[in-house]
Amino acid sequence: MTAKAHSDGATMQAQTGTHQYLTFLLAGEEYGVDILSVQEIRGCSSVTPIPNTPGYVLGVINLRGTVVPIVDLRKRFGLAAAEFGATTVFVVVRAIGLDRHRTMGMVVDAVSDVYNISPDEVKPAPDVGNAIDHDFVTGLATVDDKMMILLNIDRVMNSSVSEPLQTH
Amino acid sequence: MSMDLSEFLAVFFEECYEGLSAMEAGLLALDAGCTDAEAINTIFRAAHSIKGGSATFGLNEIPQFTHALETLLDQMRNGRCTVTRDAIDLLLESVDCLREMVDGTKAGTELNAKRIALVQRQLENMLSIGESASEPIASPAAKEHPSADKSNPSCWQIFFRPHAHMLQSGNDPYRLFRELATLGHLQVEADLSSLPSWVELKPESCYLAWKLWLEGELAREQILEIFQWVEGDCDLKVEKVEERADETQAQAESEVLGERQADIPNEVSSPSATGAKNERAGAGQNTGSIRVNIEKIDVLINLVGELVITQSMLNRFGEDFEQLHMNGLRDGLIQLTRNTRELQEAAMHIRMLPIGASFNRFPRLVRDLGNKLSKRVELSMSGENTELDKTVLEKISDPLVHLVRNALDHGIEAPEVRKAAGKPETGLLQLCAYHQGGNIVIEVKDDGAGLNKEKILRKAQEQGLVSASDTFSDEQVQNLIFQPGFSTAEKISDVSGRGVGMDVVRKNINDLGGHVQIRSEANKGTILTIRLPLTLAILEGQLVRIGTEIYVVPLTSIVESLQVEPTRVSSIAQRTGLYKLRDEYISIIRLAQVFHGHSHALDRGQLVVVEADNRRVGLAVEEMLGQQQVVIKSLETNFQPIRGVSGATILGDGRVALILDVPGLVQGCIDRSLTPIAA
Repeated sequence: MTAKAHSDGATMQAQTGTHQYLTFLLAGEEYGVDILSVQEIRGCSSVTPIPNTPGYVLGVINLRGTVVPIVDLRKRFGLAAAEFGATTVFVVVRAIGLDRHRTMGMVVDAVSDVYNISPDEVKPAPDVGNAIDHDFVTGLATVDDKMMILLNIDRVMNSSVSEPLQTH
Repeated sequence: MSMDLSEFLAVFFEECYEGLSAMEAGLLALDAGCTDAEAINTIFRAAHSIKGGSATFGLNEIPQFTHALETLLDQMRNGRCTVTRDAIDLLLESVDCLREMVDGTKAGTELNAKRIALVQRQLENMLSIGESASEPIASPAAKEHPSADKSNPSCWQIFFRPHAHMLQSGNDPYRLFRELATLGHLQVEADLSSLPSWVELKPESCYLAWKLWLEGELAREQILEIFQWVEGDCDLKVEKVEERADETQAQAESEVLGERQADIPNEVSSPSATGAKNERAGAGQNTGSIRVNIEKIDVLINLVGELVITQSMLNRFGEDFEQLHMNGLRDGLIQLTRNTRELQEAAMHIRMLPIGASFNRFPRLVRDLGNKLSKRVELSMSGENTELDKTVLEKISDPLVHLVRNALDHGIEAPEVRKAAGKPETGLLQLCAYHQGGNIVIEVKDDGAGLNKEKILRKAQEQGLVSASDTFSDEQVQNLIFQPGFSTAEKISDVSGRGVGMDVVRKNINDLGGHVQIRSEANKGTILTIRLPLTLAILEGQLVRIGTEIYVVPLTSIVESLQVEPTRVSSIAQRTGLYKLRDEYISIIRLAQVFHGHSHALDRGQLVVVEADNRRVGLAVEEMLGQQQVVIKSLETNFQPIRGVSGATILGDGRVALILDVPGLVQGCIDRSLTPIAA
């Protein structure tokens, strides 16, 4: 489990012992992120590409005056690229890094649902080679016979940010 | 219930620092041979305000210390004590000491009691020398605080803070004091800090606290006896005050001070916890506040007034919209545009501070360093009133100190050497600041030996920064001193020579979006020129289009822009594009290639000629769009630094546009083109 200490909303979770997860679809698979790290969900808007960045960094958007980078999760996980459709959205999350919090967005095929999942329902993910980085996954959960991949969004997002470039 | 002291404390500290700077400036003027009585008066007044202010806030250490300082100044003023170099050195040291005390009090840390006691003793020694030389009677001012009067056999300091209900039990502080007065000479100082506003004042409650000094040969028991009746109804501290020289005593006193400091915020915090929090937050860092000239505020208020008028005018069109009113609406919008721009400028001006705030530390630095290195240096400064952004000002201070130290250590020679070279023995160090275009320029100029080209090259080769076979132009050699790890000093002194310096200086300046340039001539001197943007928040930009994207080129780096004439384009080794601009060839950076990995035909586009680090480069873009001011947004806040991009901004249509980092692009282009040659 992530050992994050959120002040608000966390109380409810502490009482019930369950965590709420927002799930979304990526190439038919369902992924979940801790709902406390989700800031907002917004429709696709035009993205300004940034030069000299990896392909999965789509660019930056204007989020009410703040410049927010957008990561294409399909590309991040090495999935086939897809056209943006009617359900494609940006999920804006707050990722906790070593030194600071970053507000970043990710492109997902569609937002699915919100589930309550208690910690003992979360099963560790088997080591399946390097399909996606093992660090990204906190565990697997089953709801209504569907498997959900729970992501450690802090790791996913911060790994998309490379170390500051040395200027000299 | 009680007054919020924290707000006043912050103002007090600010005034203290101003007073200290004034004292320092005055002392330096005295040092330069000024015998004007007014100069001493100025110093005296500053010391006096600090003493008065700190006593009001109940910070006993500072008034006690300042008192001795003040007495010495008073004697100088009356001509009873001569102004010697030693005296000025001591006074300057006292100013430093006082500054430390103010810093310590502000941060709430333990004061360096040893140093304070030492300086105070020196001050008193100087006083007693002055006294024995002229007349044995101590100056009248010395009587003000018996605690500072060292001829006293014994003096008790009593802190007496009755609890609010003490009066209800029939005890009257006045009676206690009268009894105390029968024991010896009594001085009373009331602490009004807990006094509530008139509305909240309860006549039956006691809000005051007192500080008393009682002189005379008596025992602690005698004093405690008097307070016996009110025991449990008050906070009482009785301390023996002895001669300052007693170190342990000084320690004890500083402890008392510490306790009192701890008392004050507690009492303050109850009515307004936020105020106390602010104070604590402000204590650690630099002043979070800024002093703004009232004129600037007036301008701002006027502009806001105009804005409101424009708004109401536009409102009218909104309520009753007709085609007929189109012209009025357009006029209104034009007015709004003008208002916004003026408002923005005025708001920016509030953050602007004169660079003198940073310059004023140099007279002292130059004096001290000159003495240490036995060099004679005259410092001349100009353009102290040139204004620049507070953030820039704060960040430029350290690099400037570095450059000044370097100029003194490496630049200006020892008097004998100068004489031999046919120069005046006293070296001249000039600091000037002025505006040029959208930049502020700061020059550090010395008339010393200049950069020694051979020595630099030799050192650079020894340190493995360059290989022996390379040849360099003068300019390239001079730029070697900005390399990390470079130092020409034969031995490392505590002034300079560690080789961490110039590279840091350049990095700091580059981080601020500025650049530093060096010009040097053997035996004539060195000029370091720093160019900085006026503000970090807003930038005049030229919008350009590359593909479907819009980028912003900072206007300050643009030299000119032109339509590409295909006949003037040529290339070297099929790679580096060149453009013949009048009589010179400049290299072309194809932005589409650099940013998007594919290029457009040059003949369709335009060339923006930019200058960075003294090099001209043409940026090939597809189309030039308008010019406008853009608000700089950081990419690093949520992401990471990007090579060639200094930030982002949001355009009128809500899209994000990237701002080009011209020096970075130029450097990147040179690095790439040099790689095969250097390797």
